[in-house]
Amino acid sequence: MSPDRPDYPRLTLAGWGRTNPTGAWLARVHCPDDLVRALTHAPERGVIARGLGRSYGDASQNAGGLVIDSTGAAQFLLDPDTGVVTASAGASIQAILEGIVPYGFFVPVTPGTRFVTVGGAIASDIHGKNHHRAGSWCDHVLSFRLALPDGSVLDVDRDRHPKVFWATAGGMGLTGVITEATFRCYPIETSRLLVDTDRTRDLDHAIELMAGGDDAYDYSVAWIDLLARGRFMGRSVLTRGRFARREELPPALRTHPLAYEGRQLANVPPVFPSGLLNPWSVRLFNEFWYRKAPACRRGEIQDIPTFFHPLDMIGNWNLIYGPRGFIQWQCVVPEDAVETLRDIVRQLSDAGCTSFLAVLKRFGPGNEGHLSFPIAGWTLSLDIPVGDPRLATLLDRLDEQVAAEGGRIYLAKDSRLRRELLEVMYPRLDEWRRIRDTLDPNRLLRSDLGRRLGLCPD
Amino acid sequence: MRHHFRVGHPIHRLPDQAGTSTSVLTVEDALGAVQSALVLGGTSEIALAVIDRLAADRCRRVVLAARDTAGAAAAAEHLRAAGVETTDVIEFDAADISRHPALIETVFAEHGDFDLVLLAFGVLGDQATFDRDPVAAANAVTVNYVGAVSTGLSVAQELRRQGHGTLVVLSSVAAERPRKTNFVYGSSKAGLDAFAQGLGDALEGTGAHVLVVRPGFVKTRMTAGLPPQPFSTTPAAVADAVVQGLARKRHTVWAPPILRWVFALLRHLPRPLWRLISAR
Ligand SMILES: Cc1cc2nc3c(=O)[nH]c(=O)nc-3n(C[C@H](O)[C@H](O)[C@H](O)COP(=O)(O)OP(=O)(O)OC[C@H]3O[C@@H](n4cnc5c(N)ncnc54)[C@H](O)[C@@H]3O)c2cc1C
Ligand SMILES: NC(=O)c1ccc[n+]([C@@H]2O[C@H](COP(=O)([O-])OP(=O)(O)OC[C@H]3O[C@@H](n4cnc5c(N)ncnc54)[C@H](OP(=O)(O)O)[C@@H]3O)[C@@H](O)[C@H]2O)c1
Repeated sequence: MSPDRPDYPRLTLAGWGRTNPTGAWLARVHCPDDLVRALTHAPERGVIARGLGRSYGDASQNAGGLVIDSTGAAQFLLDPDTGVVTASAGASIQAILEGIVPYGFFVPVTPGTRFVTVGGAIASDIHGKNHHRAGSWCDHVLSFRLALPDGSVLDVDRDRHPKVFWATAGGMGLTGVITEATFRCYPIETSRLLVDTDRTRDLDHAIELMAGGDDAYDYSVAWIDLLARGRFMGRSVLTRGRFARREELPPALRTHPLAYEGRQLANVPPVFPSGLLNPWSVRLFNEFWYRKAPACRRGEIQDIPTFFHPLDMIGNWNLIYGPRGFIQWQCVVPEDAVETLRDIVRQLSDAGCTSFLAVLKRFGPGNEGHLSFPIAGWTLSLDIPVGDPRLATLLDRLDEQVAAEGGRIYLAKDSRLRRELLEVMYPRLDEWRRIRDTLDPNRLLRSDLGRRLGLCPD
Repeated sequence: MRHHFRVGHPIHRLPDQAGTSTSVLTVEDALGAVQSALVLGGTSEIALAVIDRLAADRCRRVVLAARDTAGAAAAAEHLRAAGVETTDVIEFDAADISRHPALIETVFAEHGDFDLVLLAFGVLGDQATFDRDPVAAANAVTVNYVGAVSTGLSVAQELRRQGHGTLVVLSSVAAERPRKTNFVYGSSKAGLDAFAQGLGDALEGTGAHVLVVRPGFVKTRMTAGLPPQPFSTTPAAVADAVVQGLARKRHTVWAPPILRWVFALLRHLPRPLWRLISAR
């Protein structure tokens, strides 16, 4: 096998937003030995790990180089006494939930989709609806195993190796390839949630309810209608909840309190008429979504997929945006930057971005991850189809505002940030670079995201 | 008692891994912003207008390959003032085809990846001169078409290898239908256009792409002194169309855009009528 033409299939890989597919060799590995072998035979253009490709942009692609997909080597182990799980990096949250929920445990953090891997969860230090109480994924990780391009394998313990641990938490795969990780899961009595819903008049109302009431709930998130303007700007549907105790379930559900099934109702056909997605249809959808929500409801019982992963009900929903794809923009601004948040929402709603399901959430404090995204404050995320020529300038302006407030953009979602802003948004970037250089002195860990943002060589 | 259990889920129940798709235009950034560019024909007014637009956005590194290196150096200085961090000028003659493969290989090896390569060189020539001097005509075709084949294929190899990047080819509406007043130029552009389309199809699924640009009459030194044609436009307007084409992930752009429809009609005019109209 020549180092420059690895013996792997060459294909194009894109992120969930499908915006910039690039050509690379893909190594599908089925055990840690194969993984280390592939890693040490990295071609000149370097190597990056890939999970389930749920990052929206170009984080898990490496144009012209090697991409290692370890989702084929998925297994995990639960210690039912402590809730501690050890999983291979390619194991998905979906698979883990199927295993552990019947035993009365739940993952510490889940994103809006359960189709992400443990490796991807660490590399993006993912957050969920419980960030304000529980922090992000890596706050619950005890240790992981990290393979490096020189062939060495490190057992990284959060207390004994804090530098490597926190450089890898949110490090977007650029500090090494994680092969397995040990993390805490938490006991649940049932697999149902008690959910309170509030429909808010406008953005300020949503902010008021979240700032005032979130601490009483384990999970909280608001869906916000970015197409509503004027008086209704930022109107939202706020859903908050916690896992139900057994005696809180209706009798019919008590017999199998821990039942769990990750349902998928439909798939988007491969050729979806992308014209169906236009400002009018999205406006209609948002109107419907807002109106169907009760103005105020307390104690509704919902299952895990309905509450945490509603988008997963439709497989490949990203195809509805057509072949050009879409971008997701997610920022966080500090708690006191409400005025900026309001201004951002106003600009987005004035621009009439064809966006459904924008999400607003209040973060708790961040952690020590050098490139970890969450900081205490407000995070807003939205999907936008590409094509509108004004979009690039609008988002550049919003990025500047976010940076000026001491906020940042989420790298797992990014596909277009101006690279100069990266170190403003992530002030510990130099510290991260130094640790990365000790782990990967030859800079063989590379991704399109890394190259685009200047994290690795051009 | 600690009863560990192992669940050996193969992930066969998962939906496909996202995004192993083909069929979309690749640029370095989701919205078409370009960070590095190589211009072949580095003093072309249209090309420099495109680079100006890119420099106002995110373009940080530009290499100008030109016959007139002094002219290109002046252009490079202007680009640095416009915000491009590094520029370089290399000597390049589109007619010197045997040197093209090595030249392209070297520029990629020395400068690293290019998100965008702009194939801009070309000569218009004068049909009356060509009628008298067939060798001059063949030399023009060598520049416009043969030189584009040797550089285009060399660039394609590099883009394939790097797994991303767009080759922008300045074709012309003259490629759409030959007119008796400049059919040597028109036929060379028709060859170039067909070459570029075919190359684009060949690169499908590699991460690399080709964008074919068909301007109408553009007011540059190439057309100086000629009577202006209907729908004539400016280098800046062509640049806008190219930048938008990149953002919208097009395979073809027309400048001005209406020419697409004008030529859809003109292409099908009966020959006698076309001879009459195209004689101006
Ligand atoms: C519908 C939807 C909803 C989402 N909701 C949320 C949310 O609420 N909160 C949130 O935080 N995120 C959310 N995300 C983003 C998602 O959680 C992250 O992008 C996550 O990293 C994806 O994991 P993955 O396994 O698909 O990894 P990929 O997308 O394949 O890779 C992501 C990054 O992880 C790295 N990586 C993957 N495996 C390894 C490994 N073994 N070792 C080292 N690095 C590795 C890659 O190099 C890359 O940098 C959402 C995404 C979607 C599609
Ligand atoms: N202007 C129009 O109306 C129009 C319309 C449609 C298409 N186009 C095409 O657009 C492209 C750019 O044209 P333009 O309008 O920008 O005119 P331009 O400024 O004259 O550009 C033409 C460029 O080609 C270069 N060139 C010519 N022969 C060369 C050779 N042998 N080796 C290297 N470089 C050579 C010229 O370099 P020198 O400086 O050394 O001469 C010049 O930089 C051309 O391909 C043209 O055919 C133009």
